[in-house]
Amino acid sequence: MTPRTLALMLSAVVVLAACSREEPNADANAGLEQSNLGGQWAENSIGFFNNVIGDRVFFATDSSVLDAAARATLDAQAGWLRANPGATAVVEGHADERGTQEYNLGLGARRANSAYNYLISQGVEAGRLRTVTFGKERPEATCSDESCWSQNRRSVSVVANAPAS
Amino acid sequence: MTRASLLLAMLAASFATLPAPSLAQDPGPTRIIVDQGVIEPLPFAAPLFVAEDAAAAEIATELTQVMANNLVGSGLFREVPREAHISPVTNFDSPPRFPDWSAINVDALITGAVASTEDGRLAVRFRLWDVAAQQTIGDGMQIVAPRDQARRIAHKVSDQVYSRLTGEDGYFDSRIVFVEESGPKDARQKRLAIMDQDGANVRYLSNANALVLNPRFSPNTRDILYTSYETGTPQVVLMNTQTLQRQPLGLPGMTFAPRFSPDGSSVVLSQANGGNTDIYRVSLGGGGATRLTSSPAIDTAPSFSPDGSQIVFESDRGGTQQLYVMPASGGGGTRISFGDGRYATPVWSPRGDLIAFTKQAGGRFFIGVMNPDGSGERLLTASFLDEGPTWAPNGRVLMFLREGRGANGAPQIMSVDVTGRNLRRVPTPGAASDPAWSALLPD
Repeated sequence: MTPRTLALMLSAVVVLAACSREEPNADANAGLEQSNLGGQWAENSIGFFNNVIGDRVFFATDSSVLDAAARATLDAQAGWLRANPGATAVVEGHADERGTQEYNLGLGARRANSAYNYLISQGVEAGRLRTVTFGKERPEATCSDESCWSQNRRSVSVVANAPAS
Repeated sequence: MTRASLLLAMLAASFATLPAPSLAQDPGPTRIIVDQGVIEPLPFAAPLFVAEDAAAAEIATELTQVMANNLVGSGLFREVPREAHISPVTNFDSPPRFPDWSAINVDALITGAVASTEDGRLAVRFRLWDVAAQQTIGDGMQIVAPRDQARRIAHKVSDQVYSRLTGEDGYFDSRIVFVEESGPKDARQKRLAIMDQDGANVRYLSNANALVLNPRFSPNTRDILYTSYETGTPQVVLMNTQTLQRQPLGLPGMTFAPRFSPDGSSVVLSQANGGNTDIYRVSLGGGGATRLTSSPAIDTAPSFSPDGSQIVFESDRGGTQQLYVMPASGGGGTRISFGDGRYATPVWSPRGDLIAFTKQAGGRFFIGVMNPDGSGERLLTASFLDEGPTWAPNGRVLMFLREGRGANGAPQIMSVDVTGRNLRRVPTPGAASDPAWSALLPD
């Protein structure tokens, strides 16, 4: 399972939990009480950021343009970073294997910078962020077709200075 | 067969399927022409060099073998095996029995002797013979060196033989710096390594704690530049490969794709700043960095012309990756690549006549060469991923990396000659990438 699909499933769990809190189960009348213990991660934790909000956004081939899905994820990242002012993040830029090494380092720098600029535009202080490019050096998925390449064309916000879980 | 008829027969074989070359005015001795594509390798014999004392015996065998392997590995020569030899060579100073060599179709005969000097070094003598003409090709030569330099002596003899038979400089007495890779593709560990051109004497220059990329030789063949993630961000570092002393160039931000100037006094590299990648020149004697490009594009992979006056680089300023040439002082840039697809990693040949590159088209990667004005493009190799050519010191052979598909597709170093023939895997202990070829080693 990729972190992305895990994050989607966890989001669904959070939504269900919220619903059950607002509409108590009919069995409550029979003396049974239930309450929400929250998700696996505290909301101020790195685990919450990585798995519930999503630590990464994805790009089209040879592009550093943020699409709607990427902007939505970065909006949520920015909200979390604003709510947790002690946290810092390294924004990594990555490329798929279908390019040459030096160019992909440049492309990774572009992608990291796109995410970095967007986070700043949403109110995150520049001093808490740093960018780094890994080019094609750190693929997430290792098959040699589009199903893997699309996971590797990414920027990842690696958060530090917050609780792990 | 007379000397003249031998030469004509060889030329006819060499160029059977190629456009007629301009034949040299003076046919000269036994020769092959390197850049026209040799179809029929020239047969040579390398009887074991005569060991003139007991201490030389073991070395004589190794030395003869290393030399023969070099020549065969070039693709230009074919060894007539020792089992076929009719008359042994037991005395270096006696002339060979030529009929015994022509009877087994040997064109070039290499004879040699190994002796120990009074101070414990090795003295190697050799002669190269044109069997048909029954005379030497060039003068005999003696090389004296410490005993642990036997392989280098063999490489120097190989270079002499290659040079005398092709008219080109040799390339065997040279080294390769490269990146050894281990571990799974999504958590690859990389460390710097150096080896002889033939894969012998591998030595590691870094541990696998930090990602390292694209090592490049100084013209002095001792120092290298490379990109290290030791600090968490890509930074160009200068290393002395003998002392392993390292010195970051100390530029701000992310720097990568370094290459020395031909005189070794300065470096060109890329720096990424605010998402924009440009080319800078840095003097190693101090004095800071000079910015050479200022487009909002990815300008990277710079490489000097051998006279130091121009720089070829890649840029996507026109929309896709293409090759450009600019003055070494920067500014402008004339596009030279115009074929289908994307062009990357240009490297100027040390002899100045060609630029090698990586091309990407139709889902495949190619290694190719073109003239410095962009004309005469020829693709030499193709695969799922061929990338990053580096020139032999004589500009006649290229190494590059080839990687297969999927999780198990580990990279390996390949070599190919400038005609696209003689594609070979270069032996390395494990997966290997990013080869860079040194100049010929100093004596």
